[in-house]
Amino acid sequence: MSASSRFRSRRRLVSALSGAGTLAAFGALPRAFAAPVGSSGALGLAEIPDGMLAEQYLYALPGKVPLIKKTYRPPNFETPIEYFRTPITPNKAFFVRYHLAGIPQVKAADWALSVAGDAAGNMAPLTLAELKKNFKQAEVTAVCQCSGNRRGLFEPHVPGVEWGVGAMGNAVWRGVRLKDVLAKAGVKKEAVEVVFDGADHAPLPKTPDFVKSLPVDVALSEDVLIAFEMNGEPLPHWNGFPARLVVPGWTGTYWIKQLSSVKVMASPEKNFWMSTAYRLPRGLFKTPTFSSQLYSPNEPITAMVVNSLITSLRNGQRVDRGKPLEVRGVAWDRGEGIAKVEVSIDAGAQWAEAKLGKDLGRYSFREFALSVPVHGDGGRVVMARATSKSGETQVEKLIHNPAGYHHNVIQRIYVEVA
Amino acid sequence: MRRLALLLVPAIGLCVAGAAAGQENKVVLKDGPGKDKAMQCVACHSGDYLPMNSRFLDKAGWTASVNKMINVFGAPIAKEDVETIANYLAANYGKPPAK
Repeated sequence: MSASSRFRSRRRLVSALSGAGTLAAFGALPRAFAAPVGSSGALGLAEIPDGMLAEQYLYALPGKVPLIKKTYRPPNFETPIEYFRTPITPNKAFFVRYHLAGIPQVKAADWALSVAGDAAGNMAPLTLAELKKNFKQAEVTAVCQCSGNRRGLFEPHVPGVEWGVGAMGNAVWRGVRLKDVLAKAGVKKEAVEVVFDGADHAPLPKTPDFVKSLPVDVALSEDVLIAFEMNGEPLPHWNGFPARLVVPGWTGTYWIKQLSSVKVMASPEKNFWMSTAYRLPRGLFKTPTFSSQLYSPNEPITAMVVNSLITSLRNGQRVDRGKPLEVRGVAWDRGEGIAKVEVSIDAGAQWAEAKLGKDLGRYSFREFALSVPVHGDGGRVVMARATSKSGETQVEKLIHNPAGYHHNVIQRIYVEVA
Repeated sequence: MRRLALLLVPAIGLCVAGAAAGQENKVVLKDGPGKDKAMQCVACHSGDYLPMNSRFLDKAGWTASVNKMINVFGAPIAKEDVETIANYLAANYGKPPAK
């Protein structure tokens, strides 16, 4: 059997497993079950498109460990699941996501941040040294998750970067509060949005530059940082060196890398990336509303939905009879905090509460673990369901939307006890 | 084709500053009618964007994608090439016909 045909047959097996819900649907499984790199079917979720699965493999960008290559240019690289077995994602394994292929190497000494806009006072651009010295430093542990994390799992599939589960990471971000920088410039009462631009650009001048805005009240909140450190080190180049925006709770699209310009504006930002991209049918999700951006039938994506990831089991795995099932993983939400993670090993008939790990802050990954005794043998379907402190819980069935955002469907991992 | 080559060379030269760029030679697109026109896509992004979005788009889906590249992102692709490119994509990276 050639490598590629072996690959294809495994893939068929994985996708056959991922869609089915009942134990009766499963037959015997191969003892050594090896799924292709970055298979979401292997995690008890719907499978990413077959073209993507065949095209992706591990590749190390300079300064990074091998990550799951989605695309080279612009670079889109996903974090493999093993790096989610600790609550903090190492910098070298942190996912990479760019929209535009022109990514300059910015030197710390050359970097300057312009603070301006029609609803801001005058202020000279800030150097990195000034940013670090003139403002009180602050730290937050927060999940950065791409809006389209798990897009590849949408059924029917939708176009875009076909992410599996690893377009996310959790880090300790250190920087200064955006509100302190804006206070220095002065925010006028007519301010509606704060608009952010980074140093990246498109190969073609006609392509809309990647520019994003936040509601002024979010921009002025305590938690939003201009960060220059990640897990105690300077930001990696691929994650926004020398400084990036950190918007805890909100999806990664707002976390502008290589931040170069902040503008306080009296009117909404209507470039393509705000007015057309990163939008959801209005009211489909119970997330915060971006009220200055409601000028069309849809609305911008804002904060994350509650979610979890089981990291200790693989679909099709054989588990020794007589030993408990060890169900471990991470859970997160938009900053309400994780109230509980429940685990089921009988396809959702009964649930038991997992033990939560150390609370690293309301925006952080929260570890969970449960050792579940197993009586008898045969197939088991393992699930984990996170609930936030506001009562939001993961969904049984996908809430489909055209751009493939907010996938938080409960995993169904089939294991064979023998 | 000469015009295409002239167009591609500076565009690629401009945007391959990223370190991963050399690696993208590993991405080989399928041979088929219209591939030469479809190679205009790689002026702005690596070829892996095409197999990544397979195989679930039909010709209408691929046509919409190509038109988005032109109308939203400003890709300098001639209108008369859209059909050829969409045919290439639908044939090589399109939704398999219903059984």
